[in-house]
Amino acid sequence: MEKLLQEFSIGLFFWHSIIFITLIFLLKRFAWKPILQAINDRENSIRDAIESAEKAKIEMENLKADNKKILKEAMIEKEKLLKEAKEIRQKVIDKAKDEAGEQALRIITEANETIESEKNAAIAEIKNQVVNLSIDIAEKVLKKKLENEKNQMEYVNDLVKDVNLKQ
Amino acid sequence: MIKTNNKIRSLKFFLFIGVIFITVFVNAKDKEEKLNSKELQKKEIKDYIAHHLEDSYYFDLFSYTNDKNEKKYIGFPLPIILWDNGVKIFSSSKFNHGKSVVNIHGNFYKIYHNKIYKTDFSGTINYDKNNHPSNFRPYDFSITKGVSVIILTSILMFVLFRSLANSYSKNKGLASGLGRFFEPIVIYIRDEIAIPNIGEKNYKKYMSFLLTIFFFIWFLNMLGLTPFGINVTGNIAITFSLAILTFIITNFTANKNYWAHIFWMPGVPTLMKIVLAPIEVLGVFIKPFTLMLRLYANMQAGHIVMMSLIALMFIFYNWIGSSLSFFLAFFISIIELFVALLQAYIFTILSALYFGFANEEHEHNETH
Repeated sequence: MEKLLQEFSIGLFFWHSIIFITLIFLLKRFAWKPILQAINDRENSIRDAIESAEKAKIEMENLKADNKKILKEAMIEKEKLLKEAKEIRQKVIDKAKDEAGEQALRIITEANETIESEKNAAIAEIKNQVVNLSIDIAEKVLKKKLENEKNQMEYVNDLVKDVNLKQ
Repeated sequence: MIKTNNKIRSLKFFLFIGVIFITVFVNAKDKEEKLNSKELQKKEIKDYIAHHLEDSYYFDLFSYTNDKNEKKYIGFPLPIILWDNGVKIFSSSKFNHGKSVVNIHGNFYKIYHNKIYKTDFSGTINYDKNNHPSNFRPYDFSITKGVSVIILTSILMFVLFRSLANSYSKNKGLASGLGRFFEPIVIYIRDEIAIPNIGEKNYKKYMSFLLTIFFFIWFLNMLGLTPFGINVTGNIAITFSLAILTFIITNFTANKNYWAHIFWMPGVPTLMKIVLAPIEVLGVFIKPFTLMLRLYANMQAGHIVMMSLIALMFIFYNWIGSSLSFFLAFFISIIELFVALLQAYIFTILSALYFGFANEEHEHNETH
């Protein structure tokens, strides 16, 4: 112990303390702070990168699931639309058929009516013509027959007879 | 790329082996074939080791004895700074390795047993009854070998870690260059030493100290293994300075809980509180004291063991014994490389642990 104390050099202690403390502060300012900062930053950026990769993975999975869901929904929608379209087509066809039937019926009815009226008109005309023709013939026959007096008288008598008969 | 790496690796390995060889060689060099008497040789080795463990006023890389039996030193002198009624600065070369008395404005100084004493003009050393020199010792603030190594290490650390810090901004947040080797260690200190011991909340304010002290001790320990006879962390003044910093930081950043645990331990009977208080107060001082002694003793012992084993080669002075002690020294060198790291780690983790005590927050009042 005594030897240790004797060995102890104040000068060495003094210089060492000064140099060492200065060294601590110098290194702190110029080395340790930037070094630790850089290491810290790097670690943080690695951690962030891993985290964001993880996040991206999860997002990808979510996206995939979403895609599947959307696809499924789209399929259902498509089927529904197809079904609806079919129904609508059927309805349109049915309606068209109905309308067409009605129309046809109406046209037929109208045609029938027209035919009927035309027929009647034609018959009426034919009748008229027949009457006129008959009258003309009768006239001509009468004219021929009634060229002499005697015949005339005979005829008038016949007529009178006929009239009476008919009435 | 891989080829060059291998080349560099093998080159480094050879360098490493080379350094150890030089350690062995240089430390032993001036002991070669010198003394006939074994006893005298042993004493000289002991002195040499003791001398190596001490701080020095010269930066000697090695020394040898020439043909004229004069000791020659290869190295350079360092500035001497004394406080003796004013500052006195001069080169240590004036002492001529302890042989000369230096005259500075009428004051005479002499190195005796590696310490500077004020003497008369002929350099007389007076002794007291315990056979200690009774001469006046001026306050000695010299830039010794230890101080210059500390300065060099500090510059090295600053350049190294500054380049690491700069490489991040240059290289998009990735370390490059030599500093890359130290980045995992920085992260290790943060994640395995600071956070577990101090806690996520408070560790940041201690990081600078922990990182600095770890690399500082480690680098100095490693420098101690080079053959330049550097023994800084094995010096009590250095470990005292490091430990007292831990002590100051611990006690100045301590929260209420820490002091409550020392002076009025919660959750024990009042009588126990009174008994525990002085023990805990003692503990406050013992903790940094053990820090100081552990590092000092480990590095000191490591140097003694290594140098003794190297010296054994010259005591045996035959093929079997010398080669055996060479391999032992080689083996111990490798262990010392590990110890250099381990001691730095222990000092750092214990400092972190004490900082952790100072920042602990429990709800003792409820739980006990």
